[in-house]
Amino acid sequence: MRTIKVDRITQVVAELCIRANLFLRKDVLNALRQAYFREKSKMARCILGAIIKNAKIARQKRLPLCQDTGIAVVFLELGQDVRITGGNLNTAINKGIELGYRKGYLRDSMVAHPLLRGKPVFSGGVIHIDLVKGSRIKITVLAKGFGCENKTALKMFKPTAGWKEVKHFIIETVKNAGPDACPPYIVGVGLGGTAEYAMFLAKKALLRKITTTTGYAFNAKLESDCLKDLNQLNLGPMGLGGKTTALAVNIETHPTHITGLPVAVNISCHALRSATTVL
Amino acid sequence: MRRITSPLTKAQIKNLKAGEEVLLSGAIYTARDQAHRRLCEAVVKGKKPPIELEGQIIYYCGPTQTPPGQIIGSCGPTTSARMDEFTPILLKAGIAGMIGKGRRSKEVVAAIKKYGAVYFLTYAGCAALLTQYVKEKTCVVYQDLGPEAIYKITVENFPLIVAIDAKGRDIYA
Repeated sequence: MRTIKVDRITQVVAELCIRANLFLRKDVLNALRQAYFREKSKMARCILGAIIKNAKIARQKRLPLCQDTGIAVVFLELGQDVRITGGNLNTAINKGIELGYRKGYLRDSMVAHPLLRGKPVFSGGVIHIDLVKGSRIKITVLAKGFGCENKTALKMFKPTAGWKEVKHFIIETVKNAGPDACPPYIVGVGLGGTAEYAMFLAKKALLRKITTTTGYAFNAKLESDCLKDLNQLNLGPMGLGGKTTALAVNIETHPTHITGLPVAVNISCHALRSATTVL
Repeated sequence: MRRITSPLTKAQIKNLKAGEEVLLSGAIYTARDQAHRRLCEAVVKGKKPPIELEGQIIYYCGPTQTPPGQIIGSCGPTTSARMDEFTPILLKAGIAGMIGKGRRSKEVVAAIKKYGAVYFLTYAGCAALLTQYVKEKTCVVYQDLGPEAIYKITVENFPLIVAIDAKGRDIYA
């Protein structure tokens, strides 16, 4: 059985927190560049130009892309043939988050209790662990900005609802976010499962490269249909008009109950930040 | 492109029109949710606020830590709507402008018009880019709030878009 020391996991999580926050994902950067050339509106081009320039400055000066360096959401695909040694896995991940946020000069955006609040700190992310086959560990850190997280929506539809109603809900959620959550957006959608699993899928959908599909031809059709409609809203970059309201719609699906149809929408701002390493 | 300086005078504000791009130079104050709550508590209780408000510009921003050798960490705008409930109180107390991202409530638009103030947007999600326009940063008050403290920052040619002008014209209306 392969063994991996927790210290190694702490180091990797720390590095991923920094990498996600400083270096914009290539798929997102490419989509922004394409949008820049597609836009005709002067204001939209100006804003997209600033966003692209921002990514360059962040990379060169080693500065976070956004002042909101997010809440660290750590996704772990843990091979079941791996043995973790030297301490507790959750503790190691949390230590990695704190280390990365401190070392990378990121922001202490966390409070220990949602009502007591208190002085902001660096620690306290969200961890999702999934057991998979094999002897590797895939670690992904999503640094999720909270301006867009605040625009999250969940609706439990009737099982007789169709794509038309579901799409309307997704579009209304984006319209409700409006200019506030830094469009152009990447829209994560979770369909099926239970309430909390649909939400998890919506977030996980943001990790998938925006140029790729899940492999379900049907889902891919829904994604492009929804994206087309979103980009006709004329919301545009910063909500000041244009063809680029969303860069992508990523949909993940899961079996669900005959009685329902959970739909979760998790929006990302244009600074969609995640980084992955496989150990 | 029009250049403006802070503190803002009524004459400067009067000329600004929603949709117009301007460049701002001078000192501005950062303040987010918790700093707004404290400032408003002071104002409502009739206490002297810990910063001068007359003619000043509030920037809805909580910067990242300042790396060695830099003036400031990444410093983009946060969502303005969360400050809506506090803004009319601060406008009444004398602030002349706000910088943020996104829409404002009807009450804020009305208060901007009433007090002859202005609301600006700056490039949202471009926090690294915006560091380039900051020349100085000092923590003024509420240091215990960390990134939510009030920082006085001196900017030069900071890029802004007028979103709500003194006549109450709203870029998002």
